[in-house]
Amino acid sequence: MSEVQLSLNSVDKTYYGKKIEAAVRAVKNLSLQISKGEIVALLGSSGCGKTSTLRMIAGFEGVTGGTIQLSNHEIQQLPPAKRNVAMAFEGYSLYPPLTVRDNIAFALKAERVSRSESDAKVMEMAKFLEIEEILERYPSSISAGQQQRASLARALVRKADLYLLDEPMGQLEPQLRSVLRVRLKQYLQEHQMTTVLVTHDQTEANALADRIAVMEDGELQQFETPTQLKHRPANIYVGTFIGEPPMNTFAAEVKPVGKGFQFQLEETGELLDYQKVDFQQPLRAQLIQHKRIVLGLRPHAVKLGKGALQAQVISNQWLGDQSHIAAEFANRIIVAVSHQREEFQLDENVPFHLEAEDLHFFDAENGNAIAHGLEM
Amino acid sequence: MNQLSTSQRVFRGVLLGLVILFFMFPIFWIFLMSFQTNEQILRIPPSIFFEPTLINYQALITGRLETQAGNLDIAFMENLWNSVFLSSSAVLLSLVLGVPAAYAFARYRFRLGEDIAFTILSFRFAPPLLVLLPLTLYFEDIGLSNTYTGLIWVYQLISLPLILWIVRGYFEDISPDIESAYRLAGHSWLQTFLKISIPLARPGIAAAGLLSFIFAWNNFVFALVLASADKQPVTVGALAFVTASGIQYGQIAAGIVLSVTPTLLLALYAQRYLVEGLSLGAVKG
Repeated sequence: MSEVQLSLNSVDKTYYGKKIEAAVRAVKNLSLQISKGEIVALLGSSGCGKTSTLRMIAGFEGVTGGTIQLSNHEIQQLPPAKRNVAMAFEGYSLYPPLTVRDNIAFALKAERVSRSESDAKVMEMAKFLEIEEILERYPSSISAGQQQRASLARALVRKADLYLLDEPMGQLEPQLRSVLRVRLKQYLQEHQMTTVLVTHDQTEANALADRIAVMEDGELQQFETPTQLKHRPANIYVGTFIGEPPMNTFAAEVKPVGKGFQFQLEETGELLDYQKVDFQQPLRAQLIQHKRIVLGLRPHAVKLGKGALQAQVISNQWLGDQSHIAAEFANRIIVAVSHQREEFQLDENVPFHLEAEDLHFFDAENGNAIAHGLEM
Repeated sequence: MNQLSTSQRVFRGVLLGLVILFFMFPIFWIFLMSFQTNEQILRIPPSIFFEPTLINYQALITGRLETQAGNLDIAFMENLWNSVFLSSSAVLLSLVLGVPAAYAFARYRFRLGEDIAFTILSFRFAPPLLVLLPLTLYFEDIGLSNTYTGLIWVYQLISLPLILWIVRGYFEDISPDIESAYRLAGHSWLQTFLKISIPLARPGIAAAGLLSFIFAWNNFVFALVLASADKQPVTVGALAFVTASGIQYGQIAAGIVLSVTPTLLLALYAQRYLVEGLSLGAVKG
């Protein structure tokens, strides 16, 4: 791996209200190492601390604890102007009295880039983001999507050590969004631009980022590539947060039988039988040690049509390219996805089975992953 | 707009006419009075037909008032100048102090912030006499009574709260991210404040400045108590026309016309700003 460009070391952020009890610890002991040229997405639900993190890196919020290093310099004490960071804001924040062109050229002017060079750069950016026609217009007279692209252009046109993008594509139309995602990623990679983007949209994170940092309640849950996040979630939170529709989970008791196992669901006592499957060490030892676990099953892994288990259909929806089926199983709702059009009727009892290699095992106590079926 | 029928239009016209008559009549009457002699004004019944004379304006401008009881020097033009000087300086000082303060209240939460802002606003609730009595005593002691400095200082009670609260609302309406974007582009906090925040809040600042100018101009009681003739504004200066030999209605009227004119012109000129500035939310990014 190449050199580290941005490094957050045990960064903490607490917002103090009027009273001490009202203090909110928005970011907890966050450490991240981001390499030069890497694109990282901070992903999480709203209020998870991702925007606070971004604002601390930019310098609009002070850190309560920890250090931030950019290009090997500690920057957490520097004012925003001295950090050499470019940012595209969620609310666009274009200067109302300036045209789109002047808005984009603004920072270049501050950097004393020559007029001709600045013009060329602005034009290149405008072409890239398809906003050439609105360069002479004022922010108040263009659409939200255009404002967002103008704001993105204003950030990317600068030469900075780090690019921060806060929900960079939220306002774009779906078609344009998918085109621009690919183009943006290419552009960032070609120019070796180290980027941290904040989003709550998994698709966007998956499409743009080399690695994704999943945050929840101020804590980093997992920092991995999109594929790893999907196949090897570090805990139940990441497992259920990543993937659409979300992962099904069932608390179960571990019962070793022969070489294999049976998992007895805690609520209703149904048995998931894998006694013929060869669970090898060290997984075998770990499962025996845990006794109580939470099983995670991706909806795509629920194989409908045959098997020893039965679920009663609650809803069956054809989405044009896949069926989403919700069914009652063991007093809970299990969601299955099938890539063909399924014709199950409401209340119909449908048999299904789950392959051992599709199971995810989590510790019932702390929610951390024990193992993933793939690893067997 | 809805199409109005003829009868509705007539009705509306009559109502508007009544309202205008009600509000404009005193001004109209004073305007007429300013071109009449005291005898003409006091005749019974009053009439709107008379031979206009410029004698009142003459007296005001030359500063010599001739009555049956003798001649009297009046300082009306000095008073007018005092009004202009006091009001403008007071508003200017309030802008210098109030705009950064308004920004601080809008952007930062700090200890006792809301309490301080409210205290400043509460100056507007208290009757002026409440502060006047102690102020008179203190000003005597520290040598501020009958000085421009003292008056401008006291005028802050009028203009500062107004500017602070109107401009604060304006700053709150500007997205902080617009400022953040500018700061990231390599500008200091001060540059951002001067180049981004103030220009964006300009309509609000103009409206607040104008409004407090008018309030300061119209103030009577502070100057009455704290200043003597040579430092008094027109509002107090008009009292000089209540003379031993009678009330000089003609000169009072002319004085009012002259003293209302600057604020009226200012308000007319800046009408757009006033409406825009007082209806918050006029800046949309």
